[in-house]
Amino acid sequence: MSIDVINQHTGEKWYYSDIVKDHFFKPRNLLLDAPKDGEYDATGMVGSPACGDMMNMWVKIDPATERIIDLKWKTFGCGSAIAATSMYSVMLTENGGLTLAEALKVKPQQIMERLGGLPNRKIHCSVLADKAFHKTANNYFRKTGQYERIVIEGARVVDDRLNITDKDIEEAVLEGAQTLEEVQNKLKVGVGLSQDSLTEIEQLVRFYSEKYYG
Amino acid sequence: MKRIYLDHAAGTPLDPRVKEIMEPYLIEEFGNPGGLYREGRRAKDAIENARETVAGVLNCSTNEIVFTSGGTEGDVMALVGTARAYAEKGKHIISTTIEHHAVLSTLMALQKEGFEITLVEVEPNGIVDPKKIEAAMRPDTILVSVMYANNEIGTIQPIAEIAKMIRKYGSLTSVPIFHTDACQAAGYLDLDVSRLNVDLMTINGTKIYGPKGSGALFVRKGVRIKPIFFGGAQEARRRPGTENVPAIVGFAEALKIVSEEREKESARLRELRDYFIERLTKEIPRTILNGDARERLPNNVNVSILDIEGEATILYLDSHEIACSTGSACTSESLDPSHVILALGKPYEHAHASIRFSLGRETSKLDVDYVMEKLPEVVKILRKISPITVDENATGMSHPEAFAGEGMRAKAKSKSYKI
Repeated sequence: MSIDVINQHTGEKWYYSDIVKDHFFKPRNLLLDAPKDGEYDATGMVGSPACGDMMNMWVKIDPATERIIDLKWKTFGCGSAIAATSMYSVMLTENGGLTLAEALKVKPQQIMERLGGLPNRKIHCSVLADKAFHKTANNYFRKTGQYERIVIEGARVVDDRLNITDKDIEEAVLEGAQTLEEVQNKLKVGVGLSQDSLTEIEQLVRFYSEKYYG
Repeated sequence: MKRIYLDHAAGTPLDPRVKEIMEPYLIEEFGNPGGLYREGRRAKDAIENARETVAGVLNCSTNEIVFTSGGTEGDVMALVGTARAYAEKGKHIISTTIEHHAVLSTLMALQKEGFEITLVEVEPNGIVDPKKIEAAMRPDTILVSVMYANNEIGTIQPIAEIAKMIRKYGSLTSVPIFHTDACQAAGYLDLDVSRLNVDLMTINGTKIYGPKGSGALFVRKGVRIKPIFFGGAQEARRRPGTENVPAIVGFAEALKIVSEEREKESARLRELRDYFIERLTKEIPRTILNGDARERLPNNVNVSILDIEGEATILYLDSHEIACSTGSACTSESLDPSHVILALGKPYEHAHASIRFSLGRETSKLDVDYVMEKLPEVVKILRKISPITVDENATGMSHPEAFAGEGMRAKAKSKSYKI
């Protein structure tokens, strides 16, 4: 029950950067009233297996240009989930809005950079916004009959340099590895992983451990 | 604006009277109690006086008190010490699902050493049924550990009743040994070990307006504990290492003061607690009290304000100068939701939404009124942000589909769901 983390970018001892605080206390693009039927073109809801936060997203898309005209969200989540999603919604809709293809390329790390950093333990919060959008985009593709564009989360590379995917981690867990250290041993990657990868791998280890042994 | 500090279960400010009595031992009276010369003798005297004070409060002999560095050390010493000392008599240990991590993690470590651990579940009100502990008893049970009062939800456990049951299986000081973690209870409940009938009891200074890094373990005469530290002969070889004289002196004084003021302060806080709980549950819709309403510490208020996440609530309250804590996974280092709220049979969303206010000496009705002026606004804002409406009586998670990969079966937070 303690708040004890240090911002990895600024070294600040207080929990969140000023930008994070600003977006936390004044979240942008929040959905305030229940949407009417057909008001939004697509929606998606995801939960974070790491911490249990939930996120719901709604988008309006210009069918001609595929630009994101509007993006609204709600979350049952902590300060960083609120701030990260608020920032993400700005990034996708500013300057006339990104196209779907562009938006799908936005990485959680870019949200973190715009926020001026989040504590390491909070990285999964920015991943949640990203996941919610991916699910929403799939919902849009399904509704518009573009089945070939639907991307179901499959083998996803979590460390570029060492080319480790979530499936590798799933297999390591299935082989009995229960901790980050054990997974590292299985994958024979004791060194060379970035902090971002480590955090994500740790989350995946937890997720798959619970999935198969929980 | 002044801060409204409502996290006394985490830590209390140092009582100025305690500070005063400690001060000489920080500077002038610096001697090592092991020294035979005057400085050493004076330090030794201070420790022995402190021991008498503590023994007086606990109604035990001075040689039954071992000074420690706090609650965690006391718990580890009690559990590891007795487990190793009585291992030849059996390898089974009983405890409960709502213990502090100092107990639970130690038991997990003992499990790796070959001990078998049974964690008895508590009732939905957060209190363990002694009959369920009895049902878990085995011929090879050597140790039972049940906390006196829970740190998160403040529920008071029937320690004397459990002790009575355990005595049917073995007399005092013989196996099964009975330990209680009384860290949260120390300021508010009776600590008389002859009435409680416990063999071991952990208390610490952090929760009773004493110094951090202070505490004591009561070890009933005749109970064996193997030391977990090795070195000199301090504390009858049970706790080697130069004694922390100022902390020991301060701890004893703090314990003496809280026990003298206990009844009056408990009565005052109990009234304030009930007033606070009533306002919370009446004025903020969908707010649920966690833990029994009566059998709880006078200073503990723990509620789940459904549909909103605890860390966000805390950050909002902090901006209004109010300090409190939560059982939300988002604030824990391990990203695990409160094991105590889950042990009540509630889904993780209730833990995610739990807020603990723990009152203290400086807490007044005005403070509670101030919280009740600010909190409903905060809840309104965060509920607007939230996409979910959790069932008040739910036992499973509200939106398993959100956790499933598309086309996968949903499994999240230790539970599996079919969609």
